[in-house]
Amino acid sequence: MCSSKQKSSGDSAHLSDERLVALYRTMVLSRCLDDRVWLLNRLGKAAIAASAQGHEAAQVGCVEATDPSKDHYLIYYRQLTAMIALGSTPEEMLRGFLAKEGEPMSGARQFPYHGAHPRVDMFNFSNVIATQMPQAAGVALSDKLRGWDAVTIVSFGDGAASQGDAHESMNFAGIHKLPLIFFCENNRYAISVPLDKQMAIDSVASRAAGYGFPGVSVDGTNLQEVYAATKVAVDRARNGDGPTLIEANVERLLPHTTDDDHTRYRSAEDIEHMSKRDPVKITSSLLLGKGLLTEAEDEAIHSEAKKQVNVATDAVESEPFAGVEKILENVTESTEPTR
Amino acid sequence: MPELTLIEAIRETMRDEMRRDESIILIGEDVANRGGVFLATDGFVEEFGEDRVIDTPLAESLICGVALGAAVNGMRPIAEIQFADFVWPAINQLVGEASKVRYGTNGVKNAPLTIRIPYGGEVRGGLYHSQSIEVLFSHTPGLTVVAPSTPFDARGLLASAIRANDPVIVLEHKRTYRLVKGDVPTDDYTLPLGRAEIKRLGTDMTIVSYGLMLHYALQAAESAAAEGIDVEVLDLRTLRPIDTATIVESVSKTGKALIVQEDTPAVSISSEVAAIIAEHCFFDLDGPVMRLAPPEIPAMPFSPLQEAAFMPSPEKILSAIRKLAVL
Amino acid sequence: MILRIELPHVGESVTEAEIGEWLKSTGDKIEKYEPIVEIVTDKVSMELPAPATGVITKIISEEGETVPMGAIIAEMETSEISEIDTTEPPDVPASNRIGTLIQGANVGPTGGEFLDTSMASNTPEIQSKETKGFVSKGNEARYSPLVVRLASKHGLDLNAINGTGDGGRVTKNDVLAAIDSGENSKVSVTSVDSMTLGDEVIKPTAVRRMIADRMVRSTSEIPHAWSAIEVDVSGLVTWRTANKEPFEKEHGVPLTYLPIALFAVSGALKLNPYINSSWVDGKIVLKSSINVGVAVATDDGLVVPVIKNAEGASIPDLACQLDQMIDRARNSKMTLEDASGGTFTLNNTGVLGSILGGAIINHPQAAILTTEAIVKRPVVLTKKGEDSVEIRSMMNLCLSFDHRIIDGAEASRFLQGVKNQLESIDESFNLWG
Repeated sequence: MCSSKQKSSGDSAHLSDERLVALYRTMVLSRCLDDRVWLLNRLGKAAIAASAQGHEAAQVGCVEATDPSKDHYLIYYRQLTAMIALGSTPEEMLRGFLAKEGEPMSGARQFPYHGAHPRVDMFNFSNVIATQMPQAAGVALSDKLRGWDAVTIVSFGDGAASQGDAHESMNFAGIHKLPLIFFCENNRYAISVPLDKQMAIDSVASRAAGYGFPGVSVDGTNLQEVYAATKVAVDRARNGDGPTLIEANVERLLPHTTDDDHTRYRSAEDIEHMSKRDPVKITSSLLLGKGLLTEAEDEAIHSEAKKQVNVATDAVESEPFAGVEKILENVTESTEPTR
Repeated sequence: MPELTLIEAIRETMRDEMRRDESIILIGEDVANRGGVFLATDGFVEEFGEDRVIDTPLAESLICGVALGAAVNGMRPIAEIQFADFVWPAINQLVGEASKVRYGTNGVKNAPLTIRIPYGGEVRGGLYHSQSIEVLFSHTPGLTVVAPSTPFDARGLLASAIRANDPVIVLEHKRTYRLVKGDVPTDDYTLPLGRAEIKRLGTDMTIVSYGLMLHYALQAAESAAAEGIDVEVLDLRTLRPIDTATIVESVSKTGKALIVQEDTPAVSISSEVAAIIAEHCFFDLDGPVMRLAPPEIPAMPFSPLQEAAFMPSPEKILSAIRKLAVL
Repeated sequence: MILRIELPHVGESVTEAEIGEWLKSTGDKIEKYEPIVEIVTDKVSMELPAPATGVITKIISEEGETVPMGAIIAEMETSEISEIDTTEPPDVPASNRIGTLIQGANVGPTGGEFLDTSMASNTPEIQSKETKGFVSKGNEARYSPLVVRLASKHGLDLNAINGTGDGGRVTKNDVLAAIDSGENSKVSVTSVDSMTLGDEVIKPTAVRRMIADRMVRSTSEIPHAWSAIEVDVSGLVTWRTANKEPFEKEHGVPLTYLPIALFAVSGALKLNPYINSSWVDGKIVLKSSINVGVAVATDDGLVVPVIKNAEGASIPDLACQLDQMIDRARNSKMTLEDASGGTFTLNNTGVLGSILGGAIINHPQAAILTTEAIVKRPVVLTKKGEDSVEIRSMMNLCLSFDHRIIDGAEASRFLQGVKNQLESIDESFNLWG
């Protein structure tokens, strides 16, 4: 069952128990799908995948504070969990990874995660890093100019924060007090380049001051923390008080993508150490500790998720690849290049 | 019927379009209080307000990225890049992103974005205020590129560009801004994108051109007429998509083609036009396809002698006409 | 550094040349400007000078090879030009330089080793809208410039060649096939039957080959007609004998009949412009200048230096020019400029005793005139209605002309003009008149 259909946490800055469990379910489903996609890549079926493992809590916590019925989400390539939270089904995601006909966001013309979703305003036009940031400023600006009640959330990694586009968009957002949330999922690695080679400062959030708006750093494995910080930012934006930069500190539990091997640049100790900051395990412990879940229920959540993923995989694998018949369509509205 | 210069035609078109459609906003450097460095938006912020005429920070990628974001969110932005020579930081947002929105989302989103860019030389602009930049955009599927030469065409093509539901780059030759004056109806009209126009009928050869060169070609054609050479002059008007049918019809009739452009020739619009002619007019050609273009140097220099040496002129074009006439 | 020596562009209409004799060999030291090889064009032979001082390291084009202008014909080592740091690559066979494809080695979308198992075996075609309809315009013959050139060079009628191209078009290969079959039929007659034991086979020189090609071209393209006229040069002979020595003393060059003939011919050409013309692409081009080529026999064969703007020049003028030209020609010092631009040719075949000759027109000119031997003959003269026989010096003029441009009447008019001028010369003739 898709979590976005359940009631969100609404105006409270505190996640209810009910919501905690619901969000946990989403995280487990995401983790399960994430594992499956990695496997499909090793089987030669899914050409490329970027894992969200380690980012799950940050992504669901952020989405929970927003309103998918009206807000805009400029996502980046690691947001498998956010996409599930926003309403993508495992089938739709798998169609993306397996390049199948009927893939909703780009017709499988693009890498998975890319394109624009038909049901919720979630989009990512390209693989070029940080280009979505000025675009997000444009979306937020156009809402503000028309007085539309919506917030724009643009997500990106620590590497993207170095791009010129990141600077230009934050500068602009600050000048115009745009209803825009800059959500940085800092996992300390841009492929293999570690944080201390990416920036001279300790925290991306500290840059916000240079653009005239608040920046806050949170533990990205803590659902509650992420949710609360995002809620504050969303309220600010809706009130016309301008942008916020949220930095969610997470671990990238797997290599950059299925094409990467992080043992080449991360020590065994480092990899071992970061596996302790697994948000699924952390949240599981939290829920078990709070008595919101029994071990059997936790088990059941996992097996349900697996079943859901199995059904989806079986169905989508047998579907045809995105075909050639329409390859010339949708270049421009009248796709007649020459007479 | 009013006679307007090219910049006046641009201004009136934008004014009328913004009055007609509230979703049109202007975004660029100095477009608001200054009215644009060429006065293209003179008086606009007074009429339409700061919410629709927006001065941006000095950041071209931002200008085009923001315009793109607004375009996919239901507005119809016109972004201005102050000088073509400064467009390069925006290539990512235009060629990398905007051109692929409709295709990359398989139609879920589209970007009704217009980007106006003053370009071209013979204004003592030196290497960085004279460049012709059409090639990268004209190569890109998903983009439309127009280069009107006359005030009449400027109005019609700009209106079409603004109303198009995909990104259109409008290249305005800055020398023609005040140099060219012509009739521009006040009624609402558009001109089709992707359609060239024969500006002068002839029988001995076809000159294919655009921008400032179109006018110099017409001047050279008049001189050639006095020498008994009857030159047909074809104005491309749209650089992507290029109007193959009109080019082929003309060159098949005349049998000879001279392509005149202000951009350096290697891998340029003239290369594409020459390929089109070679492919489709082979058996109707009475001579090789010729190109007249500047020398292969990075851009036109500041010194007046050097700028003149770089630029094709009516005299140089006439010389080429004479040569092609007897080849 | 290694300097590549290329065949320079020697003239606008010259696109290739034949390598004549190599004057230097690999390993020879050469000085800048020193001649290193002879090159032969269809107009003239010349010696190519060394572009720098150094040593020849490699001869690339062989003697007898035809190469296009700009082709590298040799290499030399020189220290005159400063070396950009380059090193010759080691010798690796071509196939190894290309490399082979390794099965199973993969690159994933962003650098990894993803091995795609999803690819279909057939790659479907994209049905795109083709822009057609510009080429076919009905059944009119469409000849490409190449086909026209080939057919013209070999004197073939395109209408008679079967076309295997699109829509029945005659293609390059069709023309080549037609050329082959034509040559084959000739070869089968000549090669077997005409060679017998004891025959000596001589490989023609480059120049002779060029002359041969030119002759074939001229006779196959131009319909030659021929007309002759007798000229009574008795007065001319007397005048020349009397003026020979003073002329030579005054002008430093001998007074032969040639400048006089040239003088007469130039004047007649001025009055008969169609003789000084050319058939080009179905049009008659009347040449604006009168440039008379004068055939000169050299050790290498016939060369034709051109006296430019001959009309209006005086006899002494012409004599000087001719003397210099002939001297250059005989000493192989003729330049391309000397041999170019001719609009008419004059050949003094009489000097070898010929009394009648049918010369071949120097393509693409319209006519060629031979001046035959001056022979004393008994001739019937009519004076005051009374016939008598006298011994007169007689010379025949023979004109071969392009019958597409010139008819018999015009040819005769021209010959008459030359004759009149020559017969008007007697003891009273004034050189500067």
